[in-house]
Amino acid sequence: MGNYLFTQPFFKKNGKAVAIYFLVAIVFWFVFLVIIPQLYMLDLSFRSNVPPLARGGPQDFYTMEHYQHFVFGSKTSLEAFNFVDLGVFGRTILVSIMVTIANLLFCYPIAFYIAKIANPSTARLLIVSLIIPFWINELLRSFALRILFANEGVINNFLTGIGVIDQSILFITYDIGLYTGLVYAYILLMMFPLYNAIESLDINQIEAAKDLGSSSLRTHWRIVIPHAKPGIVSGCTMVFMLTVGALATPVVLSSPNTLWFPQLIYQWFNMNDNWSRGSAYSIILLIISVIFVLAMMRIFKVKIGEIIK
Amino acid sequence: MSADVELNNVSVTFGSFYAAKSVNVKINGGEFFSFLGPSGCGKTTLLRAISGFQDPSEGSVLIDNKDMFGIGPNKRPTSLIFQNLALFPLMSVSENIAFSLEVRGVSKKDRQKRADELLELIALEGQSEKKVHQLSGGQKQRVAIARALAVEPKVLLLDEPLSALDLKLRQRMRTELREIQKRVNITFIYITHDQGEALTMSDRIAVMNEGEIEQIGPCDEVYNNPLTPFVATFVGENNPLFGKVKEINQNKVKIETPDGDFLSTMNENKKLNIGDEAIAFVRPESLFIPRDGDNFDNQIEVNIESFEFEGNIKNFYATLKSGTRIKFSIPNAIDTSSISSGTKLQLGFESIKSSILPKAQLAID
Repeated sequence: MGNYLFTQPFFKKNGKAVAIYFLVAIVFWFVFLVIIPQLYMLDLSFRSNVPPLARGGPQDFYTMEHYQHFVFGSKTSLEAFNFVDLGVFGRTILVSIMVTIANLLFCYPIAFYIAKIANPSTARLLIVSLIIPFWINELLRSFALRILFANEGVINNFLTGIGVIDQSILFITYDIGLYTGLVYAYILLMMFPLYNAIESLDINQIEAAKDLGSSSLRTHWRIVIPHAKPGIVSGCTMVFMLTVGALATPVVLSSPNTLWFPQLIYQWFNMNDNWSRGSAYSIILLIISVIFVLAMMRIFKVKIGEIIK
Repeated sequence: MSADVELNNVSVTFGSFYAAKSVNVKINGGEFFSFLGPSGCGKTTLLRAISGFQDPSEGSVLIDNKDMFGIGPNKRPTSLIFQNLALFPLMSVSENIAFSLEVRGVSKKDRQKRADELLELIALEGQSEKKVHQLSGGQKQRVAIARALAVEPKVLLLDEPLSALDLKLRQRMRTELREIQKRVNITFIYITHDQGEALTMSDRIAVMNEGEIEQIGPCDEVYNNPLTPFVATFVGENNPLFGKVKEINQNKVKIETPDGDFLSTMNENKKLNIGDEAIAFVRPESLFIPRDGDNFDNQIEVNIESFEFEGNIKNFYATLKSGTRIKFSIPNAIDTSSISSGTKLQLGFESIKSSILPKAQLAID
């Protein structure tokens, strides 16, 4: 078996040591960090919620109750559906889609400018200035935005100071702070795939379109965007998945009466000590993310290999 | 319909660098005109100035007597064929060809009709649904031509489009381009560093060097009566013989060189005086091995060093008395089997086939 393995092209190409390292690292990563936790969570989501000591006992049985709770609410509830959780879920998805679209609209012109218009030194400067803020962690960036958007925050103080407004704008209450924070949080994950995709477009393609009479707008529509499609899909799926699963930004920036779906999951796990229900809610989030990726691939007719490129 | 293109004193500068310097040329409607020069001589810059990607820093570009300054490439009656063709890889052949019509809002039906017409012109009927990557090099070339012709431009600009093709295909495409030009009867402006390409296709050529035009004229005139040593050595091959003017008799000039005196022909636009430093040029194909009864104006003694067989001709490399190296070519039809390295030969050439110019920079320096 060992001999057979070592004669494979992968081993010959990379040498034994490197090949074994790759193999072990990938297997460890995939099995221990991805498959086992997910399978464990999947299993947990179908079990009744019992304390660790009661596991395997008579009270530990398979049940759909956590998924049912998500849809219909607690058994004592008078409502037909779990409007609160479904509402949070729907709103999270909807807002995440909007955040993704906003990100795309915001990043495309900048990515195009850096990739095709700016001279190399300007492009480098712009990329560095995009990256540097992300040396600070997400939580601190969210708090920074909170300081800007608070009722007595920098923006409100400035605007009242110069007399533009006489009452504070309720950025946090109306979740403007949250939306801004979410758009900002994962912007690089949209920027770089887009930049890479646009950068690889031959400038002659753009000039040829122009020479043939095409307006700038149409050149983008017919030449640049189709070429950048894999980058667009890649950026959109990453931003969507991270936004829909964001926790720090909503915790810091959402208004007191709005919940983000991952906050709900967090509550089940940590505050209500109901890991089974938390797992069920996590699985639901996972399924939605996968559906989103598949839908994007379908809509844009892009294969998975192109996205990863 | 074709259009005249006029460059009036056109200069294009990048910082303090002149990519093109005071270029004056009038290209007639329906003409096949080539800019010929080494890479970096400014020919592509001129093409970009005509197509509208680069406005001149000084001077003006006129198309049909209309100043084109500030008019973008999408608004000019020109079409450009790029060096790498720049076909749109995600579109089909007919979408590529009809792109210029699509952006002008022409209906799908009319677009298809025009694309089919053009596919017929370039002999690619029935290939309209193929993707670009499914075509061969020559087919891509033809699709690029069709795409550029779809809007019926008055001027077609070609930026070395044949450079990526292999030799045979390139030769065939030359003939084809020339035929297409005659059929559509519009002005073709062609950029190339390949003198063979320029000579075979063009009505007239402009030879460029370091941003300036050195000579404009019909191909045979540029080849036979070069105006500068650069042109003499860039267009085709030429052997330079350096010396001083000894005698002048009308347009016949005798030059004194370390290898003897030679009679050469002076260009009427490049007058020489006795005592001037000058270069006489004689092309490899104009040097002959005299046969009985031959009487050449000039005799030259050479010592054969080496030779190479090219097929239709055999090239010989030889040294003169002074050590100057020269090249001469003998048609394969003539038996040269007795000549090998070390052979001493007497060659002859006619003064009418040799041009003499004031000393200046050569292309091969």
